[in-house]
Amino acid sequence: MRHFIDIADLERHDLESLLDEADGFVEILERPIPKVPALRGKTVTTAFFEPSTRTRLSFERAAKALSADTMSFAPGTSSLSKGESLKDTVQTLEAMGSNLLVVRHRAVGAARRVADWTSIPVVNGGDGAHQHPTQALLDALTIRRHFGKVEGLHVAIVGDIRHSRVARSNILAFSALGARVTLVAPRTLLPVVTDGWPVAVSPSLDEVLGEVDVVYLLRVQMERGGATVFPSLPEYVGRFGMTRRRFALLKPEAIVMHPGPMNRGVEIADEVADDPRTLVLEQVAMGVAVRMAVLFRLLGGELDE
Amino acid sequence: MNEIVLTGGLVVTPGGVVQADVRVVGETIVGIGRKIAAGTADVLDCSGCWIGPGLVDPHVHLREPGQEWKEDIASGSMAAAAGGFTAVVAMPNTEPAIDSGHIARFVADRGRAVGLVDVFPAGCVTAGRAGERLAHLDELWAAGVRVFSDDGPAVFDGGVLRRAMEYLGDLGGVVAQHAEDLGLSAGGHLHEGEVSSALGLQGIPAAAEEVIVARDLAIVELTGAAYHVQHVSTEGTVELVRQAKADGLPVTAEVTPHHLSFDHRAVLGTDSAFKMYPPLRSPEDVQALRRALADGIIDCVGTDHAPHAAHEKDVPFEEAPKGVIGLETAVGAVLGAVGLGPEQLFDRMSVAPARIARLEDHGGLLEEGASASVTVIDPGAEYVAEDFLSRSANSPFRGRSLTGAARHVLLRGRITLRDGKVEA
Repeated sequence: MRHFIDIADLERHDLESLLDEADGFVEILERPIPKVPALRGKTVTTAFFEPSTRTRLSFERAAKALSADTMSFAPGTSSLSKGESLKDTVQTLEAMGSNLLVVRHRAVGAARRVADWTSIPVVNGGDGAHQHPTQALLDALTIRRHFGKVEGLHVAIVGDIRHSRVARSNILAFSALGARVTLVAPRTLLPVVTDGWPVAVSPSLDEVLGEVDVVYLLRVQMERGGATVFPSLPEYVGRFGMTRRRFALLKPEAIVMHPGPMNRGVEIADEVADDPRTLVLEQVAMGVAVRMAVLFRLLGGELDE
Repeated sequence: MNEIVLTGGLVVTPGGVVQADVRVVGETIVGIGRKIAAGTADVLDCSGCWIGPGLVDPHVHLREPGQEWKEDIASGSMAAAAGGFTAVVAMPNTEPAIDSGHIARFVADRGRAVGLVDVFPAGCVTAGRAGERLAHLDELWAAGVRVFSDDGPAVFDGGVLRRAMEYLGDLGGVVAQHAEDLGLSAGGHLHEGEVSSALGLQGIPAAAEEVIVARDLAIVELTGAAYHVQHVSTEGTVELVRQAKADGLPVTAEVTPHHLSFDHRAVLGTDSAFKMYPPLRSPEDVQALRRALADGIIDCVGTDHAPHAAHEKDVPFEEAPKGVIGLETAVGAVLGAVGLGPEQLFDRMSVAPARIARLEDHGGLLEEGASASVTVIDPGAEYVAEDFLSRSANSPFRGRSLTGAARHVLLRGRITLRDGKVEA
């Protein structure tokens, strides 16, 4: 594995071996001193060309837990505002001594382009609505640790799938690991063509509630101006919101997940967000472990214990 | 007076394709026949080649004035000559736009000064291509403009288009429409379909083109003025054009070499060399375009040669400008996509585009007394597309093997391409 850009580049056994690796890092993170010297002397640079806090912090935490040094690039304070190109920016970061770049960019395919322009490993921290592969890994790890498996589970992904890199990555990862995936959304929030995707599609959350093991809620992207893709927020909540009523209709062992940040009262009711069967904070914790696994794998670190 | 003999090729004449030599004296074809004695003439070997009227491209962007870092009339003329062209119609989306007589004259004069290819400026339909007021149509006409287009945006307001067509109908010009419904295409970067869905990019549905063509055809019926659909990309548009022609409307259409050659799956790697408007469509659309060019429903090939500098294209797909170059690869791409014989090829790439663009001195089949603008095509020439004469290299064919290329070109008796080399 040279880069980590697209779940589609990985086979099932690649995913499973990364998850196994991440399991080991979960254990390390639970130690009194949650840190190993595996990547001492390496520099991990987060180059986030669109705003993000949690993903960037999670990568930095993961790098530090492996004893790597970190650098962070943020567009607001950079030469981007002077018109520097993406290519020049990432080549500059490489020349400064970065050993690995984590790239987030609003353009689809940006991480792939960065990999063409540089000679160091690139991790895709999100490219437009295309891929967010470490999110898929952390979600798969969360599910696998909760249920002991992914194979055979039924996952409903609910909401703005059309504009979601999380959905595109998770669909590939969940189905590669043997889960059944149902997309639940109005037509305006579904990809135009889902023929050939390993999914079922339903326009009604109520119809699938009693059948699923995992309800994966996507964030309503308020900044997209809801009015053009659905009539109003109350109507969205009416059809697709995880309300208390719907939560009560789930199978007793079913769980609720969300990539964050949540809009409480929109896609998820306040009480549901705080219920122990909603694993949002567990997902965040698993994020550090899977990112450790990816960095460790790409930088060829060694665990000498 | 210079004398040239083209020997050993298949010549496309009004009477059909004949194995013959062609003798040119000065600017004129003076003989077509068997074994013409060369004497002191300059002999161009045409064995295995097709000899026909100089190719005409009804749709290029030469970027001068205003964007000379992408292309200028000199570099664009070199690329055109290398591709086998003797005439090009230069779209008016320059800076300033070609919306008045003096800018049109500047472009034509620059073309003449370079001297490799006749450059016919197209004029804007509306002032500044803003879609509101009519451009200086009479001035443009007086400067020799016959093709009118706001290419880039469509003429979006049906009322404005109607008035322009009524006015130009009186003069005898043709409106060439870049058919794009800006609402349906808004935010789009590629064809709407499985590739856009997989990538998570906003798509441009086929309907964005078809609704404008359908509307415009109603306006053609209303005005009776000539209308040309630029870069047809969808099967639906082909069917609209087919029906309009059956109804006897004065409608013509062009297709680009890249829309004949690639479908939207080429975009899966998000390489900006495959980004253009209209976008590469579905495999079914590509098949429909090939059939339509072969059977003449689509009249001609237009390259939509659209140079962009490397630094402009070497960015993520979404941020890249739209457009690809096409002059130098047109013959190979068209022959590779559609199995055309010599008569069909010269019809689609010379006779028809010259007629549509009202170029009187181009597109005539070869006969004694005709103007000696001649292109010799070697249909078997194999090469890899690279090292472009265009100032830009944003070609979707870059690095690919093509078969079929211009070997020699004469512009009114002057050799502009000899053995594949431009003679500046």
